[in-house]
Amino acid sequence: MTPRFPALLAQAGEPTTPPADTFWLPAPSATAAPHVDTAFYFIYWVSVFFFVLVVALMVYFVIRYRRRVEGEPAQGGAHHNTALEITWSAIPLVLVVVMFYMGFRGFMDIVNPPANALDIHVLGQKWTWIFTYPNGHADTELHVPVDTPVRLILTSNDVIHSLYVREFRIKRDAVPGRYNKIWFRATHPGRFWALCTEYCGQQHSTMLAPVVVHEPGGYEKWLAAAADPFQTRSFAEVGAMLHQKRCSGCHSDDGRPHVGPTFKDLFGKTVQFTDGTAAVADENYIRESIVNPAVKIVAGYPNVMPTFRGQLKDNELTAIIEYIKELSGAATSVPVPDPAPEPAP
Amino acid sequence: MTTLNPPPPAAVDYLNHRSGLRGWLLTLDHKRIGVMYLASILGAFLLGGIFGLLIRTELFKSTKVFIEADTYNQFFTLHGVIMTFLVIIPGIPGALGNFVLPIMLGAKDLAFPRLNLASYYLWVAGALLAVLAIVMGSLDTGWTLYAPYSTTTGMGGVVPVLLGAFLLGFSSIFTGLNFIVTIHKMRPPGMTWFRLPLFLWALYATSVIQILATPVLGITLLLLIAERSLGFGIFDPNLGGDPVLYQHFFWFYSHPAVYIMILPAMGIVSEIISALSRKHIFGYHFIAFSSIAIALFGFFVWGHHMFVSGQSTLLTTIFSLLTYGVSIPSAVKVFNWLATLRGGSISLRTPMLYALSFIFIFAIGGLTGLFLGAMATNMHLHDTYFVVAHFHYVMMGSTLVAMIGGIHYWWPKMFGRLYSELWSTIAWALVFIGFNVTFFPQFVMGSRGMPRRYWSYVNLEEYTWMHQLSTIGSYVMAVGFVITAIYLVHSIVAGRRAPANPWGAATLEWRCASPPPPHNFDEPPTVGDPYDFRDLRYDPARAGYVPAAGS
Repeated sequence: MTPRFPALLAQAGEPTTPPADTFWLPAPSATAAPHVDTAFYFIYWVSVFFFVLVVALMVYFVIRYRRRVEGEPAQGGAHHNTALEITWSAIPLVLVVVMFYMGFRGFMDIVNPPANALDIHVLGQKWTWIFTYPNGHADTELHVPVDTPVRLILTSNDVIHSLYVREFRIKRDAVPGRYNKIWFRATHPGRFWALCTEYCGQQHSTMLAPVVVHEPGGYEKWLAAAADPFQTRSFAEVGAMLHQKRCSGCHSDDGRPHVGPTFKDLFGKTVQFTDGTAAVADENYIRESIVNPAVKIVAGYPNVMPTFRGQLKDNELTAIIEYIKELSGAATSVPVPDPAPEPAP
Repeated sequence: MTTLNPPPPAAVDYLNHRSGLRGWLLTLDHKRIGVMYLASILGAFLLGGIFGLLIRTELFKSTKVFIEADTYNQFFTLHGVIMTFLVIIPGIPGALGNFVLPIMLGAKDLAFPRLNLASYYLWVAGALLAVLAIVMGSLDTGWTLYAPYSTTTGMGGVVPVLLGAFLLGFSSIFTGLNFIVTIHKMRPPGMTWFRLPLFLWALYATSVIQILATPVLGITLLLLIAERSLGFGIFDPNLGGDPVLYQHFFWFYSHPAVYIMILPAMGIVSEIISALSRKHIFGYHFIAFSSIAIALFGFFVWGHHMFVSGQSTLLTTIFSLLTYGVSIPSAVKVFNWLATLRGGSISLRTPMLYALSFIFIFAIGGLTGLFLGAMATNMHLHDTYFVVAHFHYVMMGSTLVAMIGGIHYWWPKMFGRLYSELWSTIAWALVFIGFNVTFFPQFVMGSRGMPRRYWSYVNLEEYTWMHQLSTIGSYVMAVGFVITAIYLVHSIVAGRRAPANPWGAATLEWRCASPPPPHNFDEPPTVGDPYDFRDLRYDPARAGYVPAAGS
């Protein structure tokens, strides 16, 4: 149909160097991407051909047969032609069957993982992604090894979200009450974004998670360090990190109001609740607010926070409390026994 | 064809035969109801359009321009709800169909004039509930109202909007029922099925969808209300429900609803293209049957909205295949219109400009649907701006452009006045250019991965220039619409009087005076081929077409 199509088929093999963005598509960075792109460009060139054909004929007819004097009759012509009508139904029919098949093949590649895939559980919740690795470590970033099949098992604990990595051409809804699966094999190391593409409310547009594809060996090193941050950091430092990853979507640490109250100067303050009661913000209050947030709602804020029960470990809760103390000038944090501060890997 | 009586001098017409507000609000005349629909729907279009412009303004920068995320989410929801339920679905059948259908058919009115008036007031009630929803705390669910978001969001406008959409559904069912019965039972002698103008075939097919699909939407909305206010567990998994079930129910209506929108638009285009090229429509039977085929097959493709939802791969495969099947009749209609133009006497007056724009825009809207029908590319493009661009090319660029073309085509008949063709051509150019500048960049940003319904695009700044182009285009389009409103209103006050048949069309409505008398026809008209223009000749004295003398 179009001369460029065979060339595109040929280039759809395994890329050897990191590819670049094209005008229409982001750089393909997973093994399934070239299949998607081949289907995309096949449909694209068929569409371009028919669009140009339709518009060119339309413009030609309008010029050629334009009415010069009002009342001029038509030159005339047949008003039906069965052979022609069957032909122009059959050609598109054949083309769309090819399109269907290409789409089907590409889709099957993306939804059927190989048996040895690395499983990572993905939980969507307003408005963060939580990735749980085989060793139980939960993180807000998706880290994967290069050239390894990774299977994502998605669910949600509030509304529907959808995980989308543009360069991998994968997207799957995270639906509460069921598990959806998708897999990919990243073709080269790099940093990408996982976006939420199912509308999920106020902060939908900030529900982005970094995706890091590691060089061989890098993933294991990262996972070991990420799984136990207390080895190298103080409570307050870990708390600051946790705030950045888990809390900053709704709680600022600089006094600025956000979806929820700020952490700045919170510790020791008397907090007013919507039911008219009040309490001093101490360790137990903060802990309760994290694991059971609906019990005491701070006046002036909506009751939207999900529980973090089971998602944050006890020492992580302590770390957040210590960070809030530090932000409130009430730090009593004791450095952990093994202080060997080192920059993050 | 036998000799036709020249139209009688229009001393009494439907506009002046009865004055006063009562004469309008309680009228049973399909023409007056059509005019009331037209005015109301254009009012809703203004409101929905303002929300659209506000959304585009906010997206001019990646960070906040002037509204917060919550406000933005409400605005795009209201834009979608108003445009879909109040403008595009009822637009062509309610306004133009009501006015034109009985006259085109050769009947004095619709079969059930009171039901017709009831359908209008249900529309009004639905519209008022939508406005009430804005007052009662608004809603931020998106027009699709996906559960469990819609059953758990804290905003107070959800239930009023659901009730409003429920009433609008009944309005739609009443109109569909009325049209079907009228076309079956009120054809004058000689008006056989294959002498029906294609606009009527299109309205017939549309009506079939309206009465078969809309009840499903009504039930779904009631279930949503029951879950939200009474805690019934239908869709929310915390109550034992299934959120994907909601999507099945919703799209079982809302995909056929796309054909409720586009089929009448295609009917208008068939009328305009044939009349303004003075040539018999090419492939009449195919176009007529394809409307019915699209209406029926349109019921079996809803699952293509759910390829990434977790629906089974087998279902996804079947829906993809059926989706491609339904694309063929639409494609062939485009070829038929082109073949109609060939050898015609093509006039570029305003209705034709809109009809030709329809072909241009619908070609893009239809072809980009092919990308979304393929399973693999769908996964990449789903819920990105590519989808937003695709359905705006179909719903706005095709349906609304055809509706505006239809308004320009039948305006002289409706009000007996001619508008300024200079200004209408200028406005057309602004709308056409503005539309493409607004929505074409959205294809590019969508295929590059920009998700829809994003208030900000921090960390995604590479899309900024496309968003800005899109915003500029939307303002250009808005200027075009404002000019359109001005010259149309001006024409009613000060336009030249329209002849009975300004375009030389052969369908029956052009046999009546402009504007038509209250009961359309004093005696049943003689009916011929609606696309045979040979017996019409141009009369410069009347600036219109008259039956050829002595034929």
